[in-house]
Amino acid sequence: MTAVQGIAAGTRTWIPICPYTDLIPERGAAALVRGRQVAVFRTHDDRLFAVGNRDPFSGAHVMSRGIAGTRGEEPVVAAPMHKQTFSLITGVCLDDPTTALPTYPTRVTNGTVEVSVE
Amino acid sequence: MNVVVVGYGPTAHRLVETLAAKGFTGSITVIGEEPRPAYDRVALTSYLSGTGAEALTYPVPGGIATRLADRVTAVDREGRTVTTRSGHVQPYDVLVLATGSAPFVPPVPGAEGAFVYRTIEDLDAIRDASREAEAGVVVGGGLLGLEAADALRGLGLATHVVEMAGRLMPRQVDEGGGAVLRKHVEGLGITVHTGVGLDRLEDGRVLLADGTAIEAGVVVFSAGVRPRDELARQAGLEVGARGGVAVDEGMRTSDPSIYAVGECALAGGVVYGLVAPCNAMAEVAADRILGGRAVFAGADQSAKLKLLGVDVASFGELSGALDVTYMDPVSGVYKKLFVSDDARTLLGGICVGDATPYATLRPLVGRELPAAPGDLLFAGTSVTVELPDDAPVCTCNNVTRGQVRAAVAEHGCTDVAAVKKCTRAGTTCGSCVPALASILASEGVVQSKALCEHFDHSRPELFDIARVRGISTFSRLIAEHGRGRGCDICKPVVASILASLNNGHVLEGERAALQDTNDHFLANIQKNGTYSVVPRIPGGEITPEKLIVIGEVARDFGLYTKITGGQRIDLFGARVEQLPDIWKRLVEAGFESGHAYGKALRTVKSCVGSAWCRYGVQDSVGMAIALEMRYRGLRSPHKLKSAVSGCARECAEARSKDFGIIATETGWNLYVGGNGGFTPRHADLLANDLSDEELVRAIDRFLMFYIRTADRLQRTSAWVESIGLDYLREVILRDSLGICADLDAAMARHVATYFDEWRATLDDPEKLRRFVSFVNAPGIPDPSIVFETERGQIKPVLVEVGRS
Repeated sequence: MTAVQGIAAGTRTWIPICPYTDLIPERGAAALVRGRQVAVFRTHDDRLFAVGNRDPFSGAHVMSRGIAGTRGEEPVVAAPMHKQTFSLITGVCLDDPTTALPTYPTRVTNGTVEVSVE
Repeated sequence: MNVVVVGYGPTAHRLVETLAAKGFTGSITVIGEEPRPAYDRVALTSYLSGTGAEALTYPVPGGIATRLADRVTAVDREGRTVTTRSGHVQPYDVLVLATGSAPFVPPVPGAEGAFVYRTIEDLDAIRDASREAEAGVVVGGGLLGLEAADALRGLGLATHVVEMAGRLMPRQVDEGGGAVLRKHVEGLGITVHTGVGLDRLEDGRVLLADGTAIEAGVVVFSAGVRPRDELARQAGLEVGARGGVAVDEGMRTSDPSIYAVGECALAGGVVYGLVAPCNAMAEVAADRILGGRAVFAGADQSAKLKLLGVDVASFGELSGALDVTYMDPVSGVYKKLFVSDDARTLLGGICVGDATPYATLRPLVGRELPAAPGDLLFAGTSVTVELPDDAPVCTCNNVTRGQVRAAVAEHGCTDVAAVKKCTRAGTTCGSCVPALASILASEGVVQSKALCEHFDHSRPELFDIARVRGISTFSRLIAEHGRGRGCDICKPVVASILASLNNGHVLEGERAALQDTNDHFLANIQKNGTYSVVPRIPGGEITPEKLIVIGEVARDFGLYTKITGGQRIDLFGARVEQLPDIWKRLVEAGFESGHAYGKALRTVKSCVGSAWCRYGVQDSVGMAIALEMRYRGLRSPHKLKSAVSGCARECAEARSKDFGIIATETGWNLYVGGNGGFTPRHADLLANDLSDEELVRAIDRFLMFYIRTADRLQRTSAWVESIGLDYLREVILRDSLGICADLDAAMARHVATYFDEWRATLDDPEKLRRFVSFVNAPGIPDPSIVFETERGQIKPVLVEVGRS
């Protein structure tokens, strides 16, 4: 699988993660992207999200192992340690809006999930 | 003000508790002759089946001085002091006599060798004597007599009851009720002798007036009580002709600074022996001491009891111009209502074998009947009875329906617990709790049972929906009965329900996404994101070879090892990608998943049992292994713990478990609803002296009924408390809901379809692929996981907590 490399300013670097079909709907997967840990989620309606894998409340890199679902219309993931819920769209913790996960752009290219961490 | 209370029984307790609760600022001293504070005499019999004296004892309210194991022997009314047996002199401003009553021992030859049934010490003496005896006789077939008979039966004695009147419980039931009651009692193996008095006691023999001789090593007198008014007599206070300290409507004796309450008092010419009127007297006296004007206007002698497993209730007048009787000799039910001559006013009633009409009809005594008497006898079926506001709901604490409604409307109580706290209704015998719930409902309080924002249903409702409609996926359940896509609350609940119903692999298909991380990785997450591994060690029994394998695995993978409280070994510090390799080694050595990660059966602990222990009476290890193997993998609303002890010394701590088993000489006692943790609770005795088969069947049903009906994360302790032990017994031992065959079949299905989910995971490459730290770099371990060494083993280096 060939990654699409950024070749000019303003162009993102996309890192391939895994085949899209390897992702279980509503279950995250962790990826190591240029030294950063990213949690990638595929929702039930086949949208793709990537957030930081580090749980800011416990400090452990476990966000990919949280349960994904919805709160209202918002796709969310609950931290597996103590169940704080984060928006997959904004990364903001819905139980404590002063805390947020970093979010990363995602796309699917030729059936491969790609994430950009720039 | 300096209040001194003489006697420390339940009435004295109620008095000082009321004073303390109402902000009494003076000093209170209670002097009691027993070595402990007041305890629950209504539950006395449970002491013999293992409830500790501590559990029965009421807490001493704060700020109250007690003087135990000492007895007031003289009252100096002039000097306002009391003197005790030990010579202690206690001054008083207000004296309260709560000296209770003493069992009546008829003056027959040999009576000095008999026992009475009133205090914990009496029970200890009866228990000691019954060790040498084979048979026992209870003299007296009233309420207390039947309770004593139940106790003797529980101690393994062939039991006889001798009642002078023509029927059992002559004060509470009429002839028809007595006959039905007798059938129940005889059905339990108790021999009943009615209409005959006692001639004399001889060594090891009881001789009745009609010449019958009963061989018996233990004789218990339970032929009524006499008020203990000797102190009052000595002090020159007015007493009744047939005993009892005479009091006015404010519970004051002939000396205005002395009150008398409870069984020693003669109020309005009546000596009361039931809890409710005694409590009412205590509350009136407390109010008067505080300067109030409360009045004790007598109390009705209604009673609802469960004796020897039989419901017996009577209320109001036990005679009347007209009566309506319902009798079903086949199922042993007798119900009778007494009504006025125009058949419109309810006067009273008697129930034996089914006391359901009691709760609805007792408050209606003296009022117009809401339906035809015959219909009311089938209460609970179709007639809804609306109570007036002044109708008593809780007679133990004298709380009316109006007060309960006020608690809801004015004090904002929204559940039964809040109403109990606010009004005290339902805090004594508990029989009115269903009435409290229905008043809450009639006041429009809707108890939200919604699981979360995605489901309006409670866990038990979702269980039934899934079971009845055959729903086997979360997607279908939420599409048809919920909204949205679920969350960390409802998904694991549904996963557990589906596992309980279908017993497939928890990581199969869509179900994998429902699981909490522990179930998802079949291991327990720890603070640094690593997992711990607990192989099953049934009953805590393990061979040296297996012990060595665990040691080798821990050494080879660099894991921290610790012995758990459940008699197994926990291996800590495994990264997700190590889990399959660790389990491959363990499975090859014959281990299987211990389900330490699941809301499922954890362990069945055991003591060493009769195989090795010189005290053991049954093979506790064998039973623990059998039970653990039977229920392993059973998914439930919360974790399930168990233990089996091989004798009454209880080394396995079975009574702190969800289901605990303690060996007896002849079988097993089954205790349920125990808990350690945040709210410790001793398990309740559900059934005793069960055979192996009976034990397993009772546990099967207990567990399946729990799985079907408990709320999310409700441990068995809270569940048993919410449904009540009696109800639980009815359902799983007497099949009152007719579901036992279904419960049995469900458990049989679980046992037949069990498989080790770790072995199945190792056999499935699709499932194994998830056990990687990074999906794009399967060989790379998580670099954030770092260990240091402590006491020769690894320990996580604290991860920095910072919120970006």
